[in-house]
Parts: sequence; C-alpha cells; structure tokens
Amino acid sequence: MFGQPIVRREDPRLLVGQGAYLDDLGQDALAAAFVRSPYAHARITDIDVSAALEVDDLVAIYTYDDLAGPLADPLPLLIPHPTLTHGRTAHALARDEVNHVGEAIAMVIAHDRYLAEDAAERIVVSYEPLPEVVGIEAARDGSILVHDDVPGNLAARMVQENGDAAAAIAAAAHRLTLDLQVERSASTPLEPRGVLARWDTESRRLRMWSSTQTATGLRAAIAAKLQLDLVDVEVIAPDIGGGFGVKINHPWPEDVLVAFAARTLQRPVKFTEDRREHFIASAHERGQLHHVEVGYDDDGRMVGLSVRFWHDNGAYVPYGLIVPIVTSTQLLGPYRPGSYRVEFDSLYTNTVMVTPYRGAGRPQGCFVMERTLDAIARERGLDRVEVRRRNFIQPEEMPYDQGLIFQDGRPLIYDSGNYPAAMDLLTKLVGWSDFESYREQARAEGRRVGIGVACYVEGTGVGPYEGGHVQIETSGRVKVATGLTTQGQGHETVFAQIVADELGVPIDSVQIVTGDTRRMPYSVGTFASRAAVMSGSAIALAARAAREKILRVAAEALEASPDDLEIDDGLVHVKGNPGAGIPLGTVAVLSNPLRYAFDEASKAATQFAVGDQEGPPVADDDEPGLEGRDFYSPPRATFACGMHAAIVETDPETAEIRILRYCVVHDCGRLINPRIVEGQIHGGVAQGVAGALYERMAYDEHGQLQNASFMDFLMPYVTEVPSQIEIDHLETPSPLNPLGIKGAGEAGVIPSAAVFAAAIEDAEGFPITRMPISPSELFALRQQHRKVSR
Amino acid sequence: MKPPPFGYSRPESLDEAVRLLAESGSDAKVLAGGQSLVPLLSMRLAAPRQLIDINRVSELAYVHTDENTVHVGALARQADVEHDARAAGVQPLLRQALRLVAHPTIRNRGTVVGSLAHADPASELTAVLAVLGGAVRLASAHGDRTVPADQFFVGPLSTSAAADELVVEATFPGRPPRTGSTFVEISRRHGDYAICGVAVCVTVDEDGALQAGKAALISVGPTPVVVELGQVVAGTHPGGDLSDVHDAVWAAVSPEADIHASAEYRRKLAGVLAVRAVREAAQRAAA
Amino acid sequence: MTVPARRLVSALPEELFDVQLTVNGAAQRASVPARRLLSDFLRHDLGLTGTHVGCEHGVCGACTVLLDGRPVRSCLLLAVTADGSDVTTVEGLAEPDGTLSPVQQAFQDCHGLQCGYCTPGFLTTITAGLRETPNPTRDDAREMIAGNLCRCTGYLNIIAAVLRAAELSDGRP
Repeated sequence: MFGQPIVRREDPRLLVGQGAYLDDLGQDALAAAFVRSPYAHARITDIDVSAALEVDDLVAIYTYDDLAGPLADPLPLLIPHPTLTHGRTAHALARDEVNHVGEAIAMVIAHDRYLAEDAAERIVVSYEPLPEVVGIEAARDGSILVHDDVPGNLAARMVQENGDAAAAIAAAAHRLTLDLQVERSASTPLEPRGVLARWDTESRRLRMWSSTQTATGLRAAIAAKLQLDLVDVEVIAPDIGGGFGVKINHPWPEDVLVAFAARTLQRPVKFTEDRREHFIASAHERGQLHHVEVGYDDDGRMVGLSVRFWHDNGAYVPYGLIVPIVTSTQLLGPYRPGSYRVEFDSLYTNTVMVTPYRGAGRPQGCFVMERTLDAIARERGLDRVEVRRRNFIQPEEMPYDQGLIFQDGRPLIYDSGNYPAAMDLLTKLVGWSDFESYREQARAEGRRVGIGVACYVEGTGVGPYEGGHVQIETSGRVKVATGLTTQGQGHETVFAQIVADELGVPIDSVQIVTGDTRRMPYSVGTFASRAAVMSGSAIALAARAAREKILRVAAEALEASPDDLEIDDGLVHVKGNPGAGIPLGTVAVLSNPLRYAFDEASKAATQFAVGDQEGPPVADDDEPGLEGRDFYSPPRATFACGMHAAIVETDPETAEIRILRYCVVHDCGRLINPRIVEGQIHGGVAQGVAGALYERMAYDEHGQLQNASFMDFLMPYVTEVPSQIEIDHLETPSPLNPLGIKGAGEAGVIPSAAVFAAAIEDAEGFPITRMPISPSELFALRQQHRKVSR
Repeated sequence: MKPPPFGYSRPESLDEAVRLLAESGSDAKVLAGGQSLVPLLSMRLAAPRQLIDINRVSELAYVHTDENTVHVGALARQADVEHDARAAGVQPLLRQALRLVAHPTIRNRGTVVGSLAHADPASELTAVLAVLGGAVRLASAHGDRTVPADQFFVGPLSTSAAADELVVEATFPGRPPRTGSTFVEISRRHGDYAICGVAVCVTVDEDGALQAGKAALISVGPTPVVVELGQVVAGTHPGGDLSDVHDAVWAAVSPEADIHASAEYRRKLAGVLAVRAVREAAQRAAA
Repeated sequence: MTVPARRLVSALPEELFDVQLTVNGAAQRASVPARRLLSDFLRHDLGLTGTHVGCEHGVCGACTVLLDGRPVRSCLLLAVTADGSDVTTVEGLAEPDGTLSPVQQAFQDCHGLQCGYCTPGFLTTITAGLRETPNPTRDDAREMIAGNLCRCTGYLNIIAAVLRAAELSDGRP
C-alpha cells in the first residue's frame, strides 16, 4: 500500500454531504455573536447593553467585567523566546483598549445567530479613538505606539549569525544591496473558524469541538483558562474545511468564551465565524520589509550575506517569533552563503495579528534569496541557473550545518538532499536552454515573455513528537489514533496505507481517527508539513509494536515461533502455510484473558477454555489486549526541497500577466500516496500564484481593512491558476525517520513570489522588488522605468 | 452575517406591487434577483423596514423581441435574456455583455432590469443601455413613465427613479444594418467587476470603412461614460492604428483609483480597450 | 465618541412564514422568518448540512444548490422566495441505494476533493452543467466550474473530474 496512489477513503461520506464540519454539529446549541471594534486603535469608555436586552430570545451578554481569574488574564503567549522581551497578547474580551478593527469587545448568546447579531448590533460602545499605527514604516518610526508599554513598537529584535558577514562582504570582490518587500496576505480556508462546547453537568466535564489544527493544544489552554483538570476536558477536531496555518493559533478568544458560556449557562454553545469576521478577527501573515547586503566573488559565489528585516506581527504576538525565525533560517535555501548574519525586528501594528500561513515565513525568505541570486547573475552577466549551481550545497556535504538555530529550537542541519540533481531535472523539464530562442520568436510576434526559477528548502517534520495508538478489536478491525488533526490532507487514507502494510491487513479493516483527545491525548498539532513524518512514523512504530504482540500471542496459539509467522490479509499463519492460520480478531480475543464471555468468539479466552494453567494469565511484563502505542520524536527537522520555474507573458499595453508554463521539481523523500502529494502540490502552487499575483490585505492608513470580503480579496478561481502544472519528482529519503519521508504540505507555495518576480523581471527588463504585483502596479513600474517596448 | 428583521410581502400582480411600494415609500426595497440586495442585507449595509418580493409577479417575466426592439420585463433573468435567440438576433450586444456579467450561477437569478435599477458604475448592462440609447419604464401608483438611459443613471448606485416607482421594463433598440457591436472588459478575476469595460457599436460603409461609432464605458466614472466616436472614426479603416479613438476615449474619462487599479491605469485601459472593441465590432459589422 | 446603534427594531417576535419545498424529491416544510436564508433553511431548519456556507456574499459557490434544476447561490436566496420550488442538494445526487452519481464517482476517481468543504457546490454545479453540455471540452469544463472557489486542490483534478464524469455518464469506461 505504501507508494500506491489509492483513492481516498474519506471521500465517500464527503461526496454525499455526510461530512461533519463544525457548524453541522450542535444543532441544539445556543449561538454566539460578537461586538467587534470598528476602530483600529481606541480606548473603550463605556459599554451600554440596555437596548440589546429587548431582543427576543436573548440568553446572555458578556463583557470583560464578567471574566474572573485566569479568564481575565491575557491569552497565553504560546511560544516564548528570550528575545521576545515585549510579547503582548489580547484579552478574551477587550479590557479597556482595542488594537485592531475586529477585536472582540462583547459576546452575545441567543437562540440563533440571527437574533444574536440583532442583539450585538444594539450594544452601544463608546470609544475614544487613538492614533493608529499601520504598516512597517509607521511601526518602526515608533513615534506612535500600539501598546503604551512597548517602546518603538518592538516586540523583539533578534540576531543570528554564522561567521563575520560584515567583514566578508567588505572584503568581497563585489557587493550588492537590495531592498525588497512582501505584502500581507492570509490563509483564507473556505471554512471559517468554529467552536462548540458542551458542559456535562452530571460529571462536571467539558467536551469541545473545534476547527483547530491542535486539539491537544486547545485542550490544555482551555483547561488552564477554566481551571479544569486536563482529564476533564475533551477536544475533538471534526471534519475541517481547510486550515493552511490559520487554525493553529489557540485558544482564540471565542474558544475560551464559548467554553466559559457553556459551563456558566449549562447549555451547549456554538460559535460559527462568518467570512467578514475571518478577515478581521483571525490572523494574517507575509508582511515584511528586507534590506540585503551580499558580497560575492567573480564567479558569483556568495562570500557573505547580511539581511536586516522588519516583520509586521500585527496587534498581538501569541505565536511568538516563529514566522520571522523561519524567514531568517530558511532564507538560506539550498545554498552556502559564506558568512551569514540576519537581524530582524518584530513590530506591532494596529492590524490583525500575524501567525503562520502555509509557508510560514519561508516564502519571504525564498523571495529574498532568489532575488539576490538573480541580481548577482545580472551584475556578473551570468546565467541565473549557473549562479545557483555555484552556490548549492553539494550532496556529499550532507548532513550540512548552517550554524543557526531553527524554529524548533534545534540546530539548522540539512539531513539529506541533492540540489544539483533537482536542478538538472528542472532545467530539463522547463527547457531552460531553449528559452532564448523562444523569446526571440515571441519578440518577433510582438509578444513579451520571461522565465524565472526559484529554489527552496523546507525543514519539515519538526518535533517535539507525535504518537500513534493501534488497537485490534475482537472483530478484527484495526483502530488507529493519532493526536494531530486533518484539514484535507487525506490522513485517513495515508495512515491506513502505512498500517495495512505494517500489519498485513486489508486496508478496509483499518480505521484512522485524528485530532480526538479521547483517543490520543498526547500530541502537538498539524503545521510545518509535519503530519506524515511525525504521525506517519509514530503510527508505523505503534503498528510494529502491535505486530510484535500479535505474533507473540499467535505463536503461542499456533505452537510456533514468532519468527516463523507472517500476516497476510488479516490472517496470521506459519510462513508457507496460509491454509492454517488464525484471524487477527481471534488473536485479539486470546490476548485478553477473560472471566466473562460476551459473545461466541470470546468464549475461547475464558478461564476454562485456555490451556496454560501454570503461570499468571497476564505475564509480569505484559498487558491485556492487542495494542501498540509509540511516539516518534526526532532530534531535528528533515529537509525537503523544491525548485520551480515559470514562464509568463506580459501584455505590452494592458500589463496583464499570463502564466504560460509552470514547472515543479519536488523532493519530499518517499511518497506514501503519490496522488495525494500531487494534490498538495497543485493546491500549493495555486495558493502561490494567488499570493504572487492576486491576494493582499489592503489596509488604509487608519487600519481599516478595505477588502474584507471575497469580492475584493482576490482568491483565484480556476481561470486564474495555471491550467497545467508540470511536475517531476526526486526522492532523497530522510535518514531521520523509519519511513524515509519528508513533509509535502507547504511545498507548492514557498517559491511563488520569487519565481513570478523573476519571470516578470525577465520579461520586462527592470527589477521587481515587491510582491504581490497586479497589472496596475506593473503598469506603474513601466511608467517609472519608461522602457521602450521590446 | 445574517440579515436584520424586515417586514415582508410577496405581491402576485404589478398593481399590488406598486400599491405596496406607494404605502411603504422610501423605507422599502424591492427584491427580484437578490444577487446584489441580499448580500447588502446580510452585511447589514441595508436595513429596509419592508421588503417587497416581486418574484411572483409573473406578468413581468418576459423577453419580447420585435423587429427593432428587445423588451425585457423586470423579472427576466439575465440567463434567460442571454440565451434568448431572438433577442440576440435583433440586438447581439445583449448577449455579448451578459456573458461577462459575474458567473452563470449568478445570472440564473439576477435580472437585467435589477442590474439597471441598482446602477453600479461597474455594471455592464448600464453601458449597454447607454450606448444603445435604450430606456426604462417606471410604474407607480400614479402612473407610468419612460426614462431614457442618459436621464436614468444619475450617480453611483443612484437612478432618477422615485422611491415609490418600480422599474418594470427595459427596452433595447435593435441593431441597424451594417452595424456591429462588442463588449470588451478587463477584470482582475474572471467574472469580477471590471476595472474598465467598454460597449461599442460601429457602423461601416460598403467598403468596410468606419462611418459612425459610439462607446459607453464602465468603471471609469459614477455612471456609464458615453463617447460619441462618429467624428473621430468617419472614413477611417478599422485596420489602422485608431489612435484617434484611443485619444478621444482617454480624454473623455476621469476615473478614480481604488485598491485594484490606479486612475492612470484605468484611463490607459479605457483607450486601449476602446480601440480593441472598435476593431472587433467593425469585424462583426462587416460579417 | 459614541457609535450610534442602528435603527431599533421592534422587539416583538418575528412573523413566521410557512415555506414548502420539494428537496431531493421529498416534500419539506418549516415555518421561518422572512429573513431566513435558503442556505440556513436547508442546513438548520431541515437538517441537510451537506450544503456549506463559505462567504454569505455569493462569491465562493460552496452553497450552490439546484433550484428547479438551475444552479443558484442558496446564500443569496431567502427561503420564502424559494417557497414552492424544487431543490436539489448534494444529498440528492446519489442513487437511492447509495450508488454515487457519475459526478460524485468522478471526483473520487480523480482526487477532486481534499477538505471537501467546497465540494457540494461543485457537485451540484457540474451536475447541471453536464446536463447542458454532456460532452465538454477542457475549456468547457473550465468555464463550467469558473464560478466556484476551491482553496485546496488548485482545480486541476476538478477539471479532470468534469471530463471523467462526462465519460461515466456516457457509459464509457
């Protein structure tokens, strides 16, 4: 099954409308709606709820004054870091100040969402508007502050270095300076956020469903906020309509408040976010400004690279510095920079907070490095691919230590990869050496075309760990659980493929559950392209443990040695003798010595039926039942890589940008299900195209988001994405996990800004230093550069 | 995003509809296709006291085409007008423009008359009515009146219809001989509101030279900008560079900037698209 | 500065309207306020949660159902307006014995869904689209799905699913 492109097992229920997404659940629950700040920065002077009290079927209204104990404290700062000296997070409901349009001020609970919004609309909040800080330039200027106690709007300033970059650059034969910018964007899954909470009055326990990417993370945070024991909180991630990173942050204010309301009211409460709320009350990412200095030799080899950048982290920083740390480290890509120094400022602005979005800082880093190499090539008059080859880390240098600390707190060491081979594949796929003659042809027709390439590496499968639990029931069905969550990646299928192989059972007998703390209470979450590596490995290890027990129990029953046994199609038998075997279900029966039979099959395990009368029914070092449980915890990340090429055409009059070809070479180690990996690449490339040519958050100078809807935030339809993506694969297996796999989830999106900037620059003949780019912006650049049409 | 409460009535005749409108006055909204109104209600940007749902007034659900005119009733869905063969034969610009309006699913409910009554500066149909010199008929409790396009659109999302008047029909003059038309637009995504769009009609002589022409542009002003091209094109050949067309249109528009496009870019597109449209329309005229 | 409240609405309970629809061949009815969107009516009043809500402003298409056979955005229709109509949702596409329709089967064959949230809107849209254009070209297929957003798949496998569904409907292997 491993390596097979089988169809997905989750599809049948999703195709007939039997998916169970958050809003499908809790039809009996009360509905929550929120009063949200219309100002980007203001003090709250009064909240008057009197008019709202008249609304039919209103159940409750909560403001900050209703919160006590840990509920009244700010939301947790999830990932602390020594340099994050001024970390600020929001309160669940604004205490006396709001710091972005959309911040929650009051929660209304009513019989349904229509009524809840009626009541919310009637709540009168009085504000004293304050000056707003919008954009990186305003933030770093520091004359207006987002938080009074954070000078310069500086949450953190962090430096990492390897060698003496300044000296190397000064001594280099050649030097270049670049100023680059990536604008803010966002994940925007089709399903917004949602949370449902039920308080069980009899047992005094809380059960929550949430569209979260981390059920265990949410569970711990809710337990802390509500002062409950972990064992009294259950969190289940149901079917989730996409995450792309935005659903990793936790606990959202709504999570905490809905749980609080459910317990207080002793009735189920549900919050379903709407699209406008998702734009102004969830999270964004990507906005950064970079200043690069690079020194290189006559052949275009880097000897020193110094990057200074400014990261817009929005109003709050619960996710810490992960995004800019990823930028700082993954910027290096598959290259040797010589000496390297990176320094960033993470800055507050009066906008929605910033947490990871697919790529999580890598697209920005890749953009910076790839533009730098293209600039070197241009200055030296060298082929852009050749310059990259000269800077590649060579396969024989693996494992390669970049001398920095990665986002997981571990050394940035690339475990495996073959960058020259990947580039060979890419240049062949796109026909790199044929492009100039194609360009001449196009020029003769009055057409303007350009080609770009971009390379990246991605540290995937970050720790600390994931777990797998495999249990064989007396029916023969195999129940598997892992704690991380699923948002469309096909985990029910790929994990079942692993178990089917490890145990030798038909895949249809395997059931996978993800994201349910009742089934696997130890987990981290789904992010950083880690699920296949982490849970895949943990499940494989758990299945191996289960297999070992299966063979041991079956060996006793078959009076053979475990080494002489194999499992095929769910039947344990002596090698070479498939006729006389015992089904797995029977082994499960035998593994649990019984006093009471509960069905026909279980009689075989009861005390008068089993043979051995001597030793204890359950040996000292053993347990009843047929289970395997194990955890996978790698010393560090495993590095996937990819290289993309794009050929674009720009209209000489209208500056419209058309994608003629898009090529991907991709290395994520061994593939569990090639069809699912390909789907991830398609989706990632589409999201990358979106981020390069269509999507950005348009904040005005007052912090008002001008495109808080799908009408004006331009998520692409089929007509905007390439109609074909040419893909070739390389497999450099990971030495760090039992399956040899690497993550694939974010790959497609990482190099997009870089590759399109490069291709457009190649078509137009002037530098593209800021992305995304629209036809109107390209037109303006043309005016600026006043180039005569080629 | 759920609509606020409102009073609701669903008349089954035109008489009943105008009577209800007269009673509710300025605090009522008429619901036909709903493709523009319902989002406004859901976002609570509109909160009418009364909603008058005319989807049962079946007497308004027609497309009547005679020799020279296409008559479109208030309840005719954009999709129905788009696919109406007789209408396309008499006035091809209707189908040419409707193909570009949003997406087919939206056109299954949206109405032609509703789009005109909504008067979005980016609405293709407003340019069609304007370039063809069409008109709308308004009905109220105290009678009917006809308003030509150039007096109907008065500002962005604003028409000269009174609060108690219902737009019941739009009339589009048919295509004269040796006349071709087209609608050309550029939008950020397929189906989006255009950054700039132009409806063009041109008439050619027996040799294919341009004789007369008219353009109406959307998204470059508060209402459709009509540009008489007769003087500019007379005697010229559509295969030429048509720079006079470009310049005339460029000079006639003063667009505004928004988050999708600068004013200069829109203006540039106006000239470029007008030239492309004249060429395309001329080809159709000659065919 | 005080942000004024919107126009105060009467606090009386809302008038309810009796809405009767045929949904997936079965008569359904419920009493709802005039402002109830068809999407919410289907999902919450009738319990048919297969139709999904992605934006509530008519852009994403996840809520698309067939109204008297034509694809419409159920988030842009009031349930009262749809009174008396024939509605098909994703729950009504498969055979009574559970056999997937050609469009549904094609989506599975071609890996045309990942998270599945946008999928019901595509399925209804394509079901109607293929009735109108039973032998679509690749361009026809693109045009057919051009009004529906998907964030996961990048659309390529959905186009393949449209073409595959045409084959399956045809009886071709």
